[in-house]
Amino acid sequence: MNLNLITEEVLYVLVAIVAVLISSSVISFIMKKRRPGKTLDEVSLRIRSWWMMFAIFTIALVIHSTISLIFMALLCFLALKEFFSLIPFNRAHRLVLFWAYLTIPIQFFFIYIGSYGMFIIFIPVYMFLLIPIQAIIVGETKGFLHSIASVQWGIMLMVFGLSHLAYLLVLPGKENSVAGAGLVLFLVVLTQVNDVAQFIWGKMLGKRKILPKVSPSKTWEGFVGGALTTTLIAVLLAPLITPFSLISSMIAGLYIGLTGFIGDVNISAVKRDLNIKDTSTAIPGHGGILDRVDSLTYTAPLFLHFTRFFYF
Amino acid sequence: MMRNILFSILVRPLILFILGLNIRHYERLPAKGPCVIIANHNSHLDTLVLMSLFKGRSFSKTRPVAAGDYFMRNKYLKFFSTKVMNIIPIHRKITKDFRGMFEPVLESLDEDGIIILFPEGSRGEAEQLSKYKSGIYYLMRERPDVPIIPVFMHGLGKALPKGSKVFVPFFVDVLIGEPFNYTDNRKVFMETLNCSMDKLQEEGRFRSW
Repeated sequence: MNLNLITEEVLYVLVAIVAVLISSSVISFIMKKRRPGKTLDEVSLRIRSWWMMFAIFTIALVIHSTISLIFMALLCFLALKEFFSLIPFNRAHRLVLFWAYLTIPIQFFFIYIGSYGMFIIFIPVYMFLLIPIQAIIVGETKGFLHSIASVQWGIMLMVFGLSHLAYLLVLPGKENSVAGAGLVLFLVVLTQVNDVAQFIWGKMLGKRKILPKVSPSKTWEGFVGGALTTTLIAVLLAPLITPFSLISSMIAGLYIGLTGFIGDVNISAVKRDLNIKDTSTAIPGHGGILDRVDSLTYTAPLFLHFTRFFYF
Repeated sequence: MMRNILFSILVRPLILFILGLNIRHYERLPAKGPCVIIANHNSHLDTLVLMSLFKGRSFSKTRPVAAGDYFMRNKYLKFFSTKVMNIIPIHRKITKDFRGMFEPVLESLDEDGIIILFPEGSRGEAEQLSKYKSGIYYLMRERPDVPIIPVFMHGLGKALPKGSKVFVPFFVDVLIGEPFNYTDNRKVFMETLNCSMDKLQEEGRFRSW
């Protein structure tokens, strides 16, 4: 056990999340008693799934940094698998997908040894150039570009993008994973807060559609309200678990609010293109893993480089 | 009990984590036997996925019907087939003696067993339906009251198709259809079977692969 790695401040934040979850469970329970309905059933299902995700995430984060890395590698795998399962590939290109899955252990090995250089070029350079070779060897040219491009996009978002979450853990060097765990918590909490806040503000005040063709339920009111809420929470959390000053925490909050929104609608556009609603049924009330980590595919890399540029 | 533990260690994690299931109409699956589950057959993994739909007591009653000549051909396969999967081995040969051939299946049904059967006979081309053979008709004729539950699976032909040794993780869609019963007329019976499988396939709206 490595519980001493978790600072008191991280613990405060975790306790605060538990408090938020308890109060939302209680509120939804009371509202359901008063006015039972279908929307509320789904909301309480969602809250129950939040409990589950929070429990798994916390356990993965606090026990040991290696366990956190394994957990994040598994998360990448689940997201990539959902993505690949949605897309119709030419069956001759099955093996290309096989190699794409193998990028996950290699990418996380580079993170484990803290090799920033390899972490940052392995997928965008080496895999980018290697992936087509398998398809060339197979020799099937029908749907070649489609397969290669889809695989490339998939590993960029789900492996390269999401693995930035893991790199936060080893950011300053492995000894200091205290700061790393705090940054991961900061990023994940804010990204999820942003999703929830956008949803709630949109439901309460939403009128003007922001991207009617891509995601008809998203509104300007939800987007702005969500980003401001995220900024507020960022300012509250930053002194506890990050090295950020007041100004940078405000910028970080706005940045996560904006980029999280883009990550979300980015996957929405894919789903709309493929004519599906949820990516799978893995998380009751939420849809698939991909529906939950869509915002993180954008916030994780951008937040890592923001932090690295200004603070490490 | 032992079998359930072995299956839970060896197979369930593989199915749930490496593959992942999207199950539709889970409630149509009966909690206990006797019943016959029929499904399309694209991959060796089909049987494992179908068995993983059952848990606890109904799992211990679940037995897939499989070709004895294939699944008993070496020591390890035989161990897995009999100790973990608990298959009912059937020898594929042309015969008029259906009753004799089906004897172990009928025995299992009489003990409230859940039988898994692939009426296509053998694994077809990936994600393509081959013609259903009428062996199922002759089996059901012996036990006309036992309900038949059609199940359509999509994705396993991508994950591990016939002739490939490389396993690639993919989500699997499992669609469970409305139960139906034996009818005396063979043509009508086979048509009912075909229709219900086609309906499930259509419901899935799967893209060609």
